[in-house]
Amino acid sequence: MPAPRVGLFATCLTDTFFPSTARAVVRLLERLGCDVHFPMDQTCCGQMHYNTGYRDEARPLAAKYAQVFAGFDAIVAPSGSCGGMVREIHPELHGTSDAFARTYELSEFIVDVLGVTDVGAYFPHRVTYHPTCHSLRMLGVGDKPLRLLRAVRGLDLAELPEAESCCGFGGTFAVKNADTSTAMLGDKMRCVLNTGAEVLCAGDNSCLMHIGGGLSRLRTGVRTVHLAEILASTEEEPWAPTP
Amino acid sequence: MGTNPVTWLGSPVFPKAARAALADTQLRRNLRKATHTIRDKRSKAVAELPDWEELRQAGEAIKDDVLSNLDTYLERIEAAVTARGGVVHWARDAREANEIVLRLAREAGTDEVVKVKSMATAEIGLNEALEAGGIRAVETDLAELIVQLGHDRPSHILVPAIHRNRAEIREIFRREMAEKPASDEPRDLAEAARRHLRRKFLSARVAVSGANFGVADTGSIVVVESEGNGRMCLTLPEVLITVMGIEKLVPSWQDLEVFLQLLPRSSTAERMNPYTSVWTGVTPGDGPQQFHLVLLDNGRTDALADQVGRQALRCIRCSACLNVCPVYERTGGQAYGSVYPGPIGAILSPQLVNDMHDKQAASLPYASSLCGACYEVCPVRINIPEVLVHLRAEAVEAKGRTPESVGMAALSWIFADARRYENAQKVGSLARHLAPSGRISSLPWPGSKWTSARDVPAPPAESFRMWWRRNRG
Repeated sequence: MPAPRVGLFATCLTDTFFPSTARAVVRLLERLGCDVHFPMDQTCCGQMHYNTGYRDEARPLAAKYAQVFAGFDAIVAPSGSCGGMVREIHPELHGTSDAFARTYELSEFIVDVLGVTDVGAYFPHRVTYHPTCHSLRMLGVGDKPLRLLRAVRGLDLAELPEAESCCGFGGTFAVKNADTSTAMLGDKMRCVLNTGAEVLCAGDNSCLMHIGGGLSRLRTGVRTVHLAEILASTEEEPWAPTP
Repeated sequence: MGTNPVTWLGSPVFPKAARAALADTQLRRNLRKATHTIRDKRSKAVAELPDWEELRQAGEAIKDDVLSNLDTYLERIEAAVTARGGVVHWARDAREANEIVLRLAREAGTDEVVKVKSMATAEIGLNEALEAGGIRAVETDLAELIVQLGHDRPSHILVPAIHRNRAEIREIFRREMAEKPASDEPRDLAEAARRHLRRKFLSARVAVSGANFGVADTGSIVVVESEGNGRMCLTLPEVLITVMGIEKLVPSWQDLEVFLQLLPRSSTAERMNPYTSVWTGVTPGDGPQQFHLVLLDNGRTDALADQVGRQALRCIRCSACLNVCPVYERTGGQAYGSVYPGPIGAILSPQLVNDMHDKQAASLPYASSLCGACYEVCPVRINIPEVLVHLRAEAVEAKGRTPESVGMAALSWIFADARRYENAQKVGSLARHLAPSGRISSLPWPGSKWTSARDVPAPPAESFRMWWRRNRG
């Protein structure tokens, strides 16, 4: 079978603030035999615009996505919410397109398309996993991320209490309803701390930025790491915090 | 603050009301305990049914049929009720409905009516309207009674006093009842309420109810409840007045099969609710000898005209969405400033108010992180996140040009072109020099709303696209 031609949709947030996650996706997918491309014309899926009520501002971004990612076997995003925006909402904004239908969140792509659960990773840390709302309820990734994490050597997986409760990020919700968002964050952090984990993992850097921002403010000693970075980590080249 | 009493006059916008509620530690504890308990029970009750998803789809399809053919079904129920000796009244809005009920109560020569728990009458502010007309309305549902005696407002659709604990309820009863409760044990509280209400049931000449369902074919009205107090009201008085939203219809008797499974499991997590009362017009010598059905619009036909928003009219008022909502769990119901709180309130109240220039109503669709837990549990599959986003677009349109809209347009312009976007990245990345620790803990407004509780990572020197160009380009 020829190597699948995969377009990496890094998402604007990860591209700008968390480049180590996108580099990890490249490393991981190439290790799994994919031919990974990063179309330089990509920008943003328009989720923030759409979800805040700016549909007209989101529409050209959906059109741009369809054009930029035309012709790939699959498009992979290290994000359930941006992936959900593309697959579930872009068709409503721009009409159907192969680029939308072939877009996958990372764990979906690895488990469903590549048919792999053991990606040969090594990550010797105590980790707890937060299933992000859009990956869970919009895309329905189910336990795929957990199946991938369970196969990681050295990883001590701690179950997160009340895991499926929202962390309170919600895009502009975190600013427009900052008090309520913070109350939700407080409960999420309490659950994370109760696990005794040193690393909180999720498939969305947006949620991780929110929870991590709170964990860092309180000097909790818990770090947030995107699923891609854990799966990319190997014994030969283990994960290290970005300077 | 519109003219529709579905939202309470003078209520602050949601973020402001929420801030006050979040600081109420007793409320937070009461709500957390109550919502988590009912949430867990619901998921167990639902898991018992292998065909739950099919039931939800059936519920959705039946309600959608009713909404698409509402004119036909409304005329059908009017004919059926009239044929069985009832009288049908049509009320365009809250004012008309209140006037009808007040007139009927006066004609019956009473100064007090007993009430079955009803969202429709709460929505139109019936108690206040009757009071202004010199008629006392006595709530007989235990939780509604607690709210009424506490001179309080409801905070939940099913359990309007969910924000109160036993100790608080005992205080209210001690203050307001002739026979005080012996303790704050549930048994003693219930006994005190029972004695208080029994006198009312036996003396009342007029009862006012809402309706869970109205069967178009037969004209039968259905009320489901747990306490039996509703049934006392529905059987003892001479005159029964039912106020029913026009969307509460089901086409035929057989359709009840679906909803009488969906509703109790979703709301109280019971396989079957203890009391289901059904009546059809008037039966000589048995029960009320006068029956009036008030069909209430109050903004519903406006909502029906909205292709996305109309799905909110499928709602069967089960409250499952409130119980799973992470926002509701923390702010409680009163922060929504409406008799319909929680996720369903956030999409229903603004539609019934039908004026996005109303700042309070326009703040409600933003009272959600769009986590989707509500959609997952809704027994009639209302896609609440979809309607929230749809209403946000209406709110944005109503507001016109704002700093936010200018910012959003600017961002869209930057994202439209990858070079502009990369230049913006480079400029933004300079902020890292202000945060040598790699974390930013304080930003100017509106970023301060984020940094009030959370750090922000400083942008790295090299974005991913720069790295890609350097290594792979």
